[in-house]
Amino acid sequence: MTYDIYMDFILEHYKNPSNYGKIENPSTSSKGLNPLCGDELEIYILVEKNTIKDIKFTGKGCAISQASASILTEMVKGKDIDYVKNLKEKDLLDALGIEISPSRLKCALLSYNTLKEAVSKL
Amino acid sequence: MIDINTIRKDFPILERKFNGKRMIYLDSTATSQKPIQMIEAISDYYKKYNANVHRGIYGLSEEATDLYEKSRKNISSFINSRNAESIVFVRNTTEALNLLSYSLGKKLKKGDEIVTTVMEHHSNIVPWQFLQENGIKIKFVDINEDGTLRMEQFSELITKRTKIVSVTHVSNVLGTINDVKYIGKIAHENDSYFIVDGAQSVPHMPVDVNSIDCDFLAFSGHKMLGPMGIGVLYGKKEILDEMDPFMGGGEMINEVHLSGATWAEVPLKFEAGTPNVEGAVGLSAAVDYLKKLGMDNVREHEKELVKYAMDRLENFDDIILYGPRNPEIKGGVIAFNFKNVKNAKIAKALMDEGIMIHPHDVASILDIDAVMVRSGHHCAQPLMERLGVPATSRASFYIYNDRDDIDEFIRALVNVKKVLKL
Repeated sequence: MTYDIYMDFILEHYKNPSNYGKIENPSTSSKGLNPLCGDELEIYILVEKNTIKDIKFTGKGCAISQASASILTEMVKGKDIDYVKNLKEKDLLDALGIEISPSRLKCALLSYNTLKEAVSKL
Repeated sequence: MIDINTIRKDFPILERKFNGKRMIYLDSTATSQKPIQMIEAISDYYKKYNANVHRGIYGLSEEATDLYEKSRKNISSFINSRNAESIVFVRNTTEALNLLSYSLGKKLKKGDEIVTTVMEHHSNIVPWQFLQENGIKIKFVDINEDGTLRMEQFSELITKRTKIVSVTHVSNVLGTINDVKYIGKIAHENDSYFIVDGAQSVPHMPVDVNSIDCDFLAFSGHKMLGPMGIGVLYGKKEILDEMDPFMGGGEMINEVHLSGATWAEVPLKFEAGTPNVEGAVGLSAAVDYLKKLGMDNVREHEKELVKYAMDRLENFDDIILYGPRNPEIKGGVIAFNFKNVKNAKIAKALMDEGIMIHPHDVASILDIDAVMVRSGHHCAQPLMERLGVPATSRASFYIYNDRDDIDEFIRALVNVKKVLKL
């Protein structure tokens, strides 16, 4: 365990997250919970012509879970649904670019699991 | 008095280093570390005395049974129980409370009520919620701003319909030491069973079941220097006698026929299957260790530490503490958060909650300095909701902690905002 997980890139996303907020009348949405720590995340998606036209999230949680949601929504915005369906956990972890300890993996993947859940409802 | 240097030598794990730094263990509320005397008692048991209990005719089995029953007596005297039969060995506090929910629950009827509090651990809420499907209602006593219980609500909420009152002795988050003697009196005046969750009190202060006059007391071995997987349900014998068993199987029967069975006497009636003999022996060794220190001394030591820690934390203008400030009514546990100060650049979501740094990040950053604290809801989500926060950080103390540990904790805490560039 080192200070590296709190590198500037992560802190910037944490303090100024992209795509933070709600979408009225989304095509799909999902709420993710991390029952062990009480982290919450809600993802809203607007789909047009099989493409993610807009995506937003709200939530409360640690720097890792919130930065990860910000980075993930950036990754998928404008992409087609198949891209999201084929997205792997590793893709997000690579994008975060930090070494995540087992106890924090749940934080890092909360947004990923919530996104997958939302898309599966389409 | 507690001689911290002698005590530390008894805990081999405290010699471990993390990131090259001395380990500062501040999570004894979750589980305590273990003295070598306890570890050796278990190993000694397996080296010399292991056999199944209560059934063998041979000498070795009698020796194992004798050790198991002596452990029961030792634990009985530790909480000043009148007889050893009142001590039922279970896995932990959670199992003890589930046993009560099942066995006492069978006596309850639709419309009956249970009174507990908003500061309870999930283990003193969820087992009672199981009974809601039978039409049993649960009522919760609220807290004051200082984290003490709104004591006046007990006499308002406890009525003739109340069959069970179940309250924690010490909050695992706020540290509040509740006046269980007073609550028990009101419960008994209304002919309710009175249950005390002693998970955070029995390890840390003198607890006398006669003086409290509780009908039941539940506690866990692993939080009081003992091994994991052993806990205790104390119950008044006359009440245990008339209760149905929780689990069926070997050991708990008197006789079994294809048409039915009769139960063994208390406490074996509640101890189905081969019991955790190593656990009982280990817990008894842990109790010996605590008896030698003296529970009054343990309490004084923690009171002094919690006061010192609160004084140091009060120097931070952006740290909020939860629970009483008066060390006389506070156990050795401090829940805290960095509060949101105006114009701080923080995550939008956290701003709504009034906190600046999520407790997970606090715990992660402290861990880099080998300072081990808990973060999260501490299995007390209703209390988090009541406090209006998603989670807190929590530092807790025990006999092997001293002022140096708290100084290291404070030093590491100063670093948190630097790491997050706040």
